[in-house]
Amino acid sequence: MSTLIPCPHCGDRPVQEFRYGSEAPASRPQTDSSIDPAPLSSLLYDSVNPKGLASEWWQHTAGCRLWFAIQRDTATDLIAETSA
Amino acid sequence: MSYSALSLLIHAFRGHRDWKPAWREPELKPAYDIVIIGGGGHGLATAFHLAQLGAGTIAVLEKGWLGGGNTGRNTAVIRANYLREESVRFHAHSMALWNELSSTLNFNVMFSPRGQIDLIRTWGKLRDLRRRAAIMERHGVEYDLISTRRIREMVPDLDLGTEGAIEPGFGGKRLPVLGGAWHPGAGVARHDAVAWGYARAADALGVDIIQNCEVTGFRRDGQRVTAIETTRGSISTSKVGVAVAGHAGVVAELAGFRLPVDTWPLVAFVSEPLKPFLHTCINCPATQIYVNQSDKGELVIGGGPDRYRSHAQKGDWETVENVTRSLIDLFPRLGRVKLLRQWAGMIDVAYDTSPILSRSPLDNLYLSVGWGSGGFKAIPAGGEAFAKLIVTGMPDELIAPFGLDRFQRGRPLFETASASARG
Ligand SMILES: Cc1cc2nc3c(=O)[nH]c(=O)nc-3n(C[C@H](O)[C@H](O)[C@H](O)COP(=O)(O)OP(=O)(O)OC[C@H]3O[C@@H](n4cnc5c(N)ncnc54)[C@H](O)[C@@H]3O)c2cc1C
Ligand SMILES: [Zn+2]
Repeated sequence: MSTLIPCPHCGDRPVQEFRYGSEAPASRPQTDSSIDPAPLSSLLYDSVNPKGLASEWWQHTAGCRLWFAIQRDTATDLIAETSA
Repeated sequence: MSYSALSLLIHAFRGHRDWKPAWREPELKPAYDIVIIGGGGHGLATAFHLAQLGAGTIAVLEKGWLGGGNTGRNTAVIRANYLREESVRFHAHSMALWNELSSTLNFNVMFSPRGQIDLIRTWGKLRDLRRRAAIMERHGVEYDLISTRRIREMVPDLDLGTEGAIEPGFGGKRLPVLGGAWHPGAGVARHDAVAWGYARAADALGVDIIQNCEVTGFRRDGQRVTAIETTRGSISTSKVGVAVAGHAGVVAELAGFRLPVDTWPLVAFVSEPLKPFLHTCINCPATQIYVNQSDKGELVIGGGPDRYRSHAQKGDWETVENVTRSLIDLFPRLGRVKLLRQWAGMIDVAYDTSPILSRSPLDNLYLSVGWGSGGFKAIPAGGEAFAKLIVTGMPDELIAPFGLDRFQRGRPLFETASASARG
């Protein structure tokens, strides 16, 4: 893992200050009365879990406590981008 | 050829010059009745049981070398002290198979049932283990709460942190050991020998084991797989079993569906060899460390998974530091011992930390994944049950709770008694 993570609020901070939250799902399925349980269950439980570029939520737990989105290559552990 | 004391003696007299390879290196055929993807313990055990059931022509495809995945990287602890009834029942059955495995395979897997002590350092853990002990008792698994005096007798080198403490938390360690739980049936085995033993036994029954053969895609006719694309050409088949551990998500993506599985690095390391001093496995959930001493004298040490997902096949240094700190907290005498090697495996952890032994969204593709940080112990029972699932298309009672449908039915099987359990 890169030793520094660019927090959108604080700038570059040591990785130990952050916590991985979860995968960031692309989009929520429509939740109206015609709801089909399959896509909802998939949203709740399934992961893309890519070997390559992943979108994730991380939190700056030991800093400003901001939740932010991160684009990260899981095959090399390098961070491509973070955004609030 | 069968291995025995006599065959060993005969080869010794011949100077060990003419041992035959333990399995063939066959050419890949254009078609098989059943293809197993992944040549780890689970894939190989499944192929062995399929061949025993007379299920037709079988190939195991392995992208690297036999047992080069998690099976060859694991710390080899075998136990049945789980939380859920379903998990205890399944692992108790697997332990029974471990006791016979060397003779079943005619290959010494060095199963050594030396017992495990789970250290209790918080009152919450005491309640948890009492509950688990009650569940295990119902399934005939021995698991008894023991006192610190008994622990001190069994492992004199352990620093329980009770010296000088007026009451827990004062004077001694921040988390002094309050007691333990003794699991006498637990043990360790030789990890490579398990892969090799199943490979040799499967090969002898006609299974083609193909190494350096990566699956790169699936050809489908609607919801059926008709052929598998590999780096060594395409193979047509009527059934597919997937046992690829940390690559579950990658293979599912190739097949066109998603799984409730994430891939995490799990590190382990060994120390330089020491004289025997540790005769049981020690597990300390409070500080996330477990350790046992190998027959060579090395300490085999593991902890929890890294703090973030990864496929990078290397562990985070932070975890190594945390785990060694926990080790020295338990065994201060080891402070100056050198570590020899450190490595990581990519583990496949399901949303609820229970395995997925299941049919899949495709009609003729089956899954044995989600074994996470604990699937080595499950190889004998997992291989047996997965073979039956592939042949009949239906899970038997033992593995029905581990189906993928548990998520949609709202019946996830949250398992906490695992190194990779959620919070
Ligand atoms: C550090 C560590 C310690 C552990 N300690 C323990 C322990 O003490 N006790 C315990 O019970 N369990 C333990 N485990 C877990 C255990 O190792 C695994 O659950 C178990 O080995 C999984 O076996 P498997 O056959 O499913 O996977 P693997 O042995 O990983 O085999 C899967 C194989 O699939 C191959 N593969 C992947 N993708 C493809 C493809 N596209 N085409 C062809 N082949 C492919 C891989 O190369 C690999 O060889 C540990 C794991 C690790 C990493
Ligand atoms: Zn911040």
